[in-house]
Amino acid sequence: MGSVRVLVGTRKGAFILTSDGNRKRWKVSGPHFAGWEIYHMKGSPADPNRIYASQSSGWFGQVIQRSSDGGKTWEAPGGGVTKSPQGMPQGESNKFVYDASAETGHALTTHQWYDGTQHPWEFKRVWHLEPAPNDPDTVYAGVEDAALFRSADGGTTWRELSGLRGHGTGPKWQPGAGGLCLHTIIIDPNNPERLYVAISAAGAFRTDDGGSTWKPINQGLRSPYIPDPNAEIGHCVHRIALHPSRPDTLFMQKHWDVMRSDNAGDLWREVSGNLPTDFGFPIDVHAHQPETIYVVPIKSDSEHYPLKGRLRVYRSRTGGNDWEALTKGLPQRNCYVNVLRDAMAVDALDSCGIYFGTTGGQVYVSANGGDSWSAAVEHLPPVLSVEVQTLA
Amino acid sequence: MIRVVLPFHLRTLAQAGEEVTLQVQGAVTRSSVLDAIEARYPVLCGTIRDHVTHERRPFLRFFACGQDLSHESPDAPLPAAVASGAEPLLIIGAIAGG
Repeated sequence: MGSVRVLVGTRKGAFILTSDGNRKRWKVSGPHFAGWEIYHMKGSPADPNRIYASQSSGWFGQVIQRSSDGGKTWEAPGGGVTKSPQGMPQGESNKFVYDASAETGHALTTHQWYDGTQHPWEFKRVWHLEPAPNDPDTVYAGVEDAALFRSADGGTTWRELSGLRGHGTGPKWQPGAGGLCLHTIIIDPNNPERLYVAISAAGAFRTDDGGSTWKPINQGLRSPYIPDPNAEIGHCVHRIALHPSRPDTLFMQKHWDVMRSDNAGDLWREVSGNLPTDFGFPIDVHAHQPETIYVVPIKSDSEHYPLKGRLRVYRSRTGGNDWEALTKGLPQRNCYVNVLRDAMAVDALDSCGIYFGTTGGQVYVSANGGDSWSAAVEHLPPVLSVEVQTLA
Repeated sequence: MIRVVLPFHLRTLAQAGEEVTLQVQGAVTRSSVLDAIEARYPVLCGTIRDHVTHERRPFLRFFACGQDLSHESPDAPLPAAVASGAEPLLIIGAIAGG
């Protein structure tokens, strides 16, 4: 039957939810890293016992945590207690230093600030951790201010893939309301040299050579709130998802608009269709049906809660345009929570499970592709991220 | 031995007690004390001061002997009572946020 492990990052710690394949009864462990913001946790596809977590705090900065036993115990790689000053490497696991080398640094010194002036890049936190498909020790980190880092030693040391910031448009990137964050990292499951990233509020970018060179992939996006609505960069992409069987087909929830590309992001078209509002944050794809996608419409960019206080997931079985509201088991009155960009996930059991967490501290689960929902847990701190591992 | 009181979250992170004792080589300054802390607890690198610039993180303060030493030079000698171990150096998380 299989089982699932749900990794929930919140404003005040991490929680791990486990259940059998019925996904009706849940065991909750946590809070792990109590009192810290856990922007994201994700398990390695190559070794499900290897989990990475981004732990951060306005007071104490960034820490990377790693588990090798499925989240029972954790360590900060390279950060253990030493008996002598020379005993261990210094705490490199939380050291994210932008590339300022002579070869590339000239293009990487500043980005555009809110007032239009240039502003230095300043590391703030890790938003997203993406373990590589085939190696549990290789993991990518998307950070604020926007950059992509890679570790090949289990999160002990990090090196920036500076070709992203340095490809040319970096000085024009400008922070969105949530900061200049690199929040989405997708590794093409058939081609490890191809990665997609998304940055608020710069747009989507792709590399076809493992991260050395990058190009913006924003053609077809239209953002009336920027001076040039068809600009190469400046679009506030909220989330991108793909199905492993069709890696050239991408689905995007933008600030406004749900978009689709069938050529690896070279051109996008809108598939918002009959959605009641096409503003939102997460988007995901059914594990077994590559044309079945899910979004959570939010009233507007100024009012971050569901329309009319009714929490509804919308599902399209046609890859967009034709959407149906999924309401069974979700609150349909007086609900004013938000669902953040990294807070939706799907499992790979035969009957695909859909999961999402809210800023009200609920984690909702559907064990039947969205037809009906129940709360696996309620009253957590605001949920920042949800990932799910499908276990044997 | 130098005594240092860590804030709650850094104690948890370092798996240390409320007060840690350290051997500091040479002059007892904020820099040398933090060097010793980071050498013993590498996970605390970057959590008290920046990895590269060594600037104090904005929401942390350094107190000792009833004085706020946060704006003193990191290379200035700490009070004699701290150097002798009679008084601890307090690393305090600022009361800010929710």
